[in-house]
Amino acid sequence: MGAVQVRNVRKTYVRDRQQIPVLDGLSLEIADGEFVALMGPSGSGKTTLLNLIGGIDQPTSGELIVGGTNIATLKGSKLAKWRSRNIGFIFQLYNLIPVLTALQNVELPLLLVKMSGAERKKRAKTALELVGLDDRLKHFPRQLSGGQEQRVAIARAVVSDPSVLLADEPTGDLDRKSGEEILELLGRLNREFKKTIVMVTHDPHAAERATRVLHLDKGVLSN
Amino acid sequence: MPIPISYNVRNVMQRPVATLTTAIGIGLTVTIFIGALALAAGFQAALLQTGSADNAVALRKGADSEISSGVSREAADVLRAGPDVAIGPNGRPLVSAELVVVANKERLGQPGSSNVTVRGVDPSAVGIRAEVKIVEGRMFTPGTDEVIVGQRIARRFANCAVSEKIRFQQRDFTVVGHFNAGGASFESEIWGDAAVLIPALDREGFQTVTFRMRDPSQFAEIKKRLEADPRLQVQIQRERDFYAQQSELLTNLIRFMGVFITGIMAIGAIFGAMNTMYAAVGSRTREIAMLLVLGFLPHEVMLSFILESVMLALIGGVIGCLLALPINGIATSTTNFQSFSELAFAFRVTPGALIAGLIFAAGMGLVGGILPARAAARQPLAGALRAI
Amino acid sequence: MSVLNLILVNLGRNKRRTILTMLSVTVALFLYCTLGGVLDTLQEAIKVGSETRLISRNAISLIFPLPISYGSRIAAVPGVKRVAIQNWFGAQDPKDPHNFFAQFAVDDENFFPIYANDIEIVEASPPQATMTLPEGMPSRLASYMTEQTACVIGQKLMTKMGWKLGQTITLAGTIYPGEWPFTIRAVYHAKKRSIGEETMFFHWKYLDQKGMGGRALVGVYILDLSNPGRAADIAKQVDEMFENSGAATRTESEQAFQAGFVSMYGNIPFVLRVIGLAVVFAILLVAANTMVMAIRERTGEIGVLKTLGFTEGIIFGIVLAEAAVITMGGGILGSLLAKWAIEGTGFNFGGFLPPMSVHWATVITGIAIATLVGAVSGLIPAWQASQLRIVQALRRVD
Repeated sequence: MGAVQVRNVRKTYVRDRQQIPVLDGLSLEIADGEFVALMGPSGSGKTTLLNLIGGIDQPTSGELIVGGTNIATLKGSKLAKWRSRNIGFIFQLYNLIPVLTALQNVELPLLLVKMSGAERKKRAKTALELVGLDDRLKHFPRQLSGGQEQRVAIARAVVSDPSVLLADEPTGDLDRKSGEEILELLGRLNREFKKTIVMVTHDPHAAERATRVLHLDKGVLSN
Repeated sequence: MPIPISYNVRNVMQRPVATLTTAIGIGLTVTIFIGALALAAGFQAALLQTGSADNAVALRKGADSEISSGVSREAADVLRAGPDVAIGPNGRPLVSAELVVVANKERLGQPGSSNVTVRGVDPSAVGIRAEVKIVEGRMFTPGTDEVIVGQRIARRFANCAVSEKIRFQQRDFTVVGHFNAGGASFESEIWGDAAVLIPALDREGFQTVTFRMRDPSQFAEIKKRLEADPRLQVQIQRERDFYAQQSELLTNLIRFMGVFITGIMAIGAIFGAMNTMYAAVGSRTREIAMLLVLGFLPHEVMLSFILESVMLALIGGVIGCLLALPINGIATSTTNFQSFSELAFAFRVTPGALIAGLIFAAGMGLVGGILPARAAARQPLAGALRAI
Repeated sequence: MSVLNLILVNLGRNKRRTILTMLSVTVALFLYCTLGGVLDTLQEAIKVGSETRLISRNAISLIFPLPISYGSRIAAVPGVKRVAIQNWFGAQDPKDPHNFFAQFAVDDENFFPIYANDIEIVEASPPQATMTLPEGMPSRLASYMTEQTACVIGQKLMTKMGWKLGQTITLAGTIYPGEWPFTIRAVYHAKKRSIGEETMFFHWKYLDQKGMGGRALVGVYILDLSNPGRAADIAKQVDEMFENSGAATRTESEQAFQAGFVSMYGNIPFVLRVIGLAVVFAILLVAANTMVMAIRERTGEIGVLKTLGFTEGIIFGIVLAEAAVITMGGGILGSLLAKWAIEGTGFNFGGFLPPMSVHWATVITGIAIATLVGAVSGLIPAWQASQLRIVQALRRVD
């Protein structure tokens, strides 16, 4: 369900007519239910890999099978649809929509699914309860602390019940205590709810929470 | 030390899309503004040059237009023999007792018909109106069924080409020439011999008597004397003043329309300019904060943004002027309800109108820029710096 | 929450910009509907005339009269029920010559009966003497009928001039010189909007005696038909009857007659249409500008929406809808404002036009144009937004 198979994936960027290879024939297997940490220096391509797995970028060549689907061949609205059902994203800078309340932010992915407004609200509330923010439903992002914002982002990521969660430096902008809370939450999602998690991080302390740690350097996996 | 203008110029150039769309919005408003001025100017030109300050016109007391006036043959004779009238080169008094009526004629190329002024003049006194010149064909022969047509309407109405026949009251009149009159309203008229037209149209007497004053500086005297004469029952006006007054209502109407339309469009354009400037200010919060930190004063910052807004508007003004230029010379016509006849005239884009357009544009830029500029200057430094 | 919420919330993001843009559109639509109103009013002026009444005038032009003898000959034409007389008087108020209003001298037998469905007498002086009124004449005109210098005034004109029933007013004649006293003996209300309530009617005999020295010249003949289906034939017959007489006639439907006046405005309607077009184009620019600015600020968010799985199509639709909502809102405001302001104040361009109308058709067309234009203006930003590459969009988040 949430297994990830990366097969011989290449990703090259073109900048000023120069071809810059970021990933060069990378292969990788992540089993369903794993909590993988991706580490490496900046420029190593770890965010690129995450983006590829999540279908928000496309490989130059190679195969990407996530949850049984080869997403390298999906395009346009099919890819978008697939993504809405199977992936939950968590970003370093939260990326919440500032003009929506916490509840509305979490409802957002559910707009893509056919359900009644009441049902949507109920599910969003449940997700927010899960992350411990059911007393902040009507707050706007600017009224929340960094840690709280990230928790809303996590609630949004899980509300449509995807099997894979992708986190790009989720604690990068948080203080130690809030960071701990977030990592604790991610751990819970992995253990109790069996979510497959791939997390890009700089922080070795954060990487400790994972079940496996991968190192990426110049587009090449070691470990 | 004021902020250099190049800062504003660069910024304006950096947002080509926003700059262009706002400028065009202002430009269109300026074009319409100039168009309204050109319409009024063209209309006025058609009448201002009508008539001479050396000629006087006599109408019946109380009449408000030529067609509602009536001057009897006897009164015309009294005027003709009077001491105030100049003598022409041919030894005859320069007096034209005239029939002025309107005839409803079919338009060419446009559906419907319009009223055209038909003027029966005294052929011996055509010299009264020095500006009248034959441009095609020849002058009509006195005493015959021949007429000449003003060049402005020659192409607008049926049967007005030279050698065609125009019909009034079951009688055919041959068009033998076209004339122009220095842009005056006479160019929208059909002229013939009064002595022939009056019986042909079943009329009695004349509508007006126009004469060249022997001593134009004596006008006030002449007016007083003739208006007091019980045989005449007339009102006297300078020919030029009379025609100017005949167009007063329509000129005012056109002006009113122009101001109304332009005023409203200007408000819309100002809102557009405000939007653009607010966006500009919003996206440059940090820059502005740096300027203030460096030591530029708030009012200098404000001035700079107002300048930028005016610059933006002037670009629009230039666009507007360019768009307005092709309007010059476009012919149009409408009925002057005072004289009850059609008046053809052309749009006239004057240098004055173009300059007015640019000033108008700058004004819009000024008004649109003030509030955003003030917002820029008033930024609390701390808040802006935090964003750095 | 729903997608509609999302759209509205985005508009509230920068209220000032949304309001300014909406106001621009409001102003533009106000102008468009006002200009449309002028055109509507001109159209209505044509509809004043009924198709079942004919007007006969001198073939040369309106300023040439017709002899009184024509009246009985026209009445004898089969299909003609009644024949009335109407002369333009054209006098001025000596206190304010620029204050223009129309005055007509009309006959005593047929004019008011012919227009019974259009003109309603609402106030009248009590008659001084009894007389039998001609058939079809409103009974309230009894007082008017017994006095030669009496007149009937439109309600709006009464209010405008501050006149009272029974008052004697004096007008300065222009075509018929001299001082003309009239006594107001009745007030009328126009049952049809297009007739106008600022006109004065008085006895044709008064004009003939005092102004024409008994020469009995008629301005126009008004023919009321018993068989409206034959209008064209009857008109032809009348004109043929007088073709070779001293004064040839031109007979046409009342509607065509009115249309003739409207066509005298010449090119002006065309000019107004061109301006209307320019206005529409200007709206396009304003809205486009706003949308481009708005979208540029939101690239990061759009990236997030795409990440969540919102397709290009949905994003395109959302941006387009935003643009349309702004312009539609402004359009509704501007159009309705124009209709109420102009019709409410009875604006009439200084007496040149009947009281202005703005038809609902114009209002709705205006709103539709504004919305459509808004959507079109949003096309490019919507397209750009939908085509944003997620990775780049997210990277721009600062």
